[in-house]
Amino acid sequence: MREIAVVAFAQTRHSAVDEGLGEPELILPVLDEVRERSGLRKFGFTCSGSCDYLAGAPFSFVSALDALGAWPPISESHVEMDAAWALYEAWVRLQHGDVDSALIYGFGKSSQGDLREIMTLQLDPYYLAPLGLDQVSYAALQASACGADRAELDEVVRRSRAAGRDNPYALDLPDPSGDGYEVEPLRPYDVAPITDGAAAVVLAAGDLAREVCERPAWITGIAHRIDPHYLGMRDLARSASAAEAARAAGVGKGSLDVAELHVQFSHEERILRQALELPDSTVVNPSGGPLAANPVMATGLIRIGEAASRIMDGTASRTLGHAASGPCLQHNLVTVMEG
Amino acid sequence: MGNRCAVIGVGQTHYTTKRRDVSIAGLVREAAVRALEDAGLTWKDIDAVVIGKAPDLFEGVMMPEAYLADALGAAGKPMMRVHTAGSVGGSTALVGASLIQGGVHDRVLVVAFEKQSESNATWALSTHLPFSASLVVGAGGYFAPHIREYMRRSGAPDHIGTLVAVKDRLNALKNPYAHLKIPQISREMVEATPMLWEPIRYLETCPSSDGACAMVLSSEKAVTGTPAWVLGTAMRSEPIFRAGRDTVNPQGGKDCAADVYRQAGIADPRRDIDVAEVYVPFSWYEPMWLENLGFAAEGEGWKLTESGATALDGDIPWNASGGVLSSNPIGASGLIRFAEAALQVRGMAGERQVDGARRALGHAYGGGAQFFAMWMVGRDKP
Repeated sequence: MREIAVVAFAQTRHSAVDEGLGEPELILPVLDEVRERSGLRKFGFTCSGSCDYLAGAPFSFVSALDALGAWPPISESHVEMDAAWALYEAWVRLQHGDVDSALIYGFGKSSQGDLREIMTLQLDPYYLAPLGLDQVSYAALQASACGADRAELDEVVRRSRAAGRDNPYALDLPDPSGDGYEVEPLRPYDVAPITDGAAAVVLAAGDLAREVCERPAWITGIAHRIDPHYLGMRDLARSASAAEAARAAGVGKGSLDVAELHVQFSHEERILRQALELPDSTVVNPSGGPLAANPVMATGLIRIGEAASRIMDGTASRTLGHAASGPCLQHNLVTVMEG
Repeated sequence: MGNRCAVIGVGQTHYTTKRRDVSIAGLVREAAVRALEDAGLTWKDIDAVVIGKAPDLFEGVMMPEAYLADALGAAGKPMMRVHTAGSVGGSTALVGASLIQGGVHDRVLVVAFEKQSESNATWALSTHLPFSASLVVGAGGYFAPHIREYMRRSGAPDHIGTLVAVKDRLNALKNPYAHLKIPQISREMVEATPMLWEPIRYLETCPSSDGACAMVLSSEKAVTGTPAWVLGTAMRSEPIFRAGRDTVNPQGGKDCAADVYRQAGIADPRRDIDVAEVYVPFSWYEPMWLENLGFAAEGEGWKLTESGATALDGDIPWNASGGVLSSNPIGASGLIRFAEAALQVRGMAGERQVDGARRALGHAYGGGAQFFAMWMVGRDKP
């Protein structure tokens, strides 16, 4: 495959409350930032990820083109998925060989609605959605199935929130405390916080990547897989699709310094560590991960951006960015990057 | 453009107002199974699935690729969901083709659908973000002023839209999958229907349809059956609110066409293209897009329509299938254009076949006439 690298990454200082910014206002600063960091003003391809249901209106991505200043008209596409899949689409497009750069962005304002109930609408509309199972409830089913113990979950949250407090872009959340349940066995702090935010990444190929970035984060493997939708069709204690995506992306071909995982519920870290076969030496979610900031639809892209940043800043030589979608980790994307 | 890519299978459902007999999963599976049968393949031959549809609010299912993974045999495979407004069907084909052109996969199933009977699309389209209130209702309310401006600029006579409405419905009579079948269609009948959005009359608009369309795309080495070769692909987008953008003859459409023609070696579209499937949801968009896509000079598109050149027996048939005016499962409408273009160059378009079609254009647009997706397909390997 053609050599493609992450050469710039930017994210908003994510917010736990609606700060009154419209989506284009949220995106504009991160677009400016990656343009400045990469020195690129024009891109061979542009792709974004967002979700109409967060905005409660059709075509929530349309006004983003105004923030982009897409003039003259640009070669552009959009996925109604986390923007990590927009990055995947852009990586594929760069494989054609006729364009050398791509701009990817994602954004979401989950503060505007009831995210837990909105996520119910993602379920099979005939057999599952009418049951009224909300996002935390089906995550709790998975938490029970995987048998994670309380001390382990508490430690995941404690570590993630502490890392988040050291990350200027993540939320400032206290150490976990309290013994009530959101939905047993998940406590309120096991659930990623409601967050508004956006992120952007620039991909560049070969010589252009070397030219615009001192230490490009070369994508040596990227793959994704989806599992069956119905929870009863899966072993919820495992993630077959994450394991298969990891194999296809060549995760096991070397040791990993850092893995940024799309952990929206604390028990998911255990399932993903197993599926990706991460050794204890791999540092997981040094950014704090989604448990410290979860701007839905940008969260997965941020995992890739954070993992790439460790290479671009010279503190790691091989990292992994993971993104997930669908109920109970149904759909998993794995990106391996090297310096 | 990368590696060679071909269409080796096409599947469509019979478009209709309400498919009460199938779920959304059943609908998309029906089209996918037909595409696999056409390609002589089974589910296990497919490497990845790309699905597209217009806004999720149309069915009330958020990110339905999660739910549809099982019905489309995607479990254990990569699956993607594309959404680029009305152009999404076209974009879905292009994202699928890209996976092959980029050398990532050998066989990709692309599917697009809309089950409009699950809700009311006009009202789903009339919900707006806070602080960007709109005074229009539905797509017709948005596009009618653009059409009036086209008529003012070009001096086109009032009956041109009527001609397109009749021509596309006559073509639909030859397409077994078309939704609207009006054997007695005539200018008088169109002109007798109510005015919805001046100058758009009821029979000058597209219907609301349930339906799905699927294609199997293949790399050169994995071709089965009769291929339609992809000769060029392009997408273009422009901002909806940019001051000074020409919404009647958008730059994005011109640039997208120029890009796809360059790749396919098309110097003169009217001469070099044998048949075009173009996204015409309101009759007047035929003359408007004839100009935007370079088939006629600016201000001259309506004369081409009036001369009969775009009829099935004209020198450049447009929408031999009956087009969006005859079948409109919104999210699938772009993919149907791309698929019908492929059927024409494969010589498999039945009664609506344009004799000797060797090169065909598939076109889709969406948003405020700001998203464009196009491809050229041909009988001969590029």
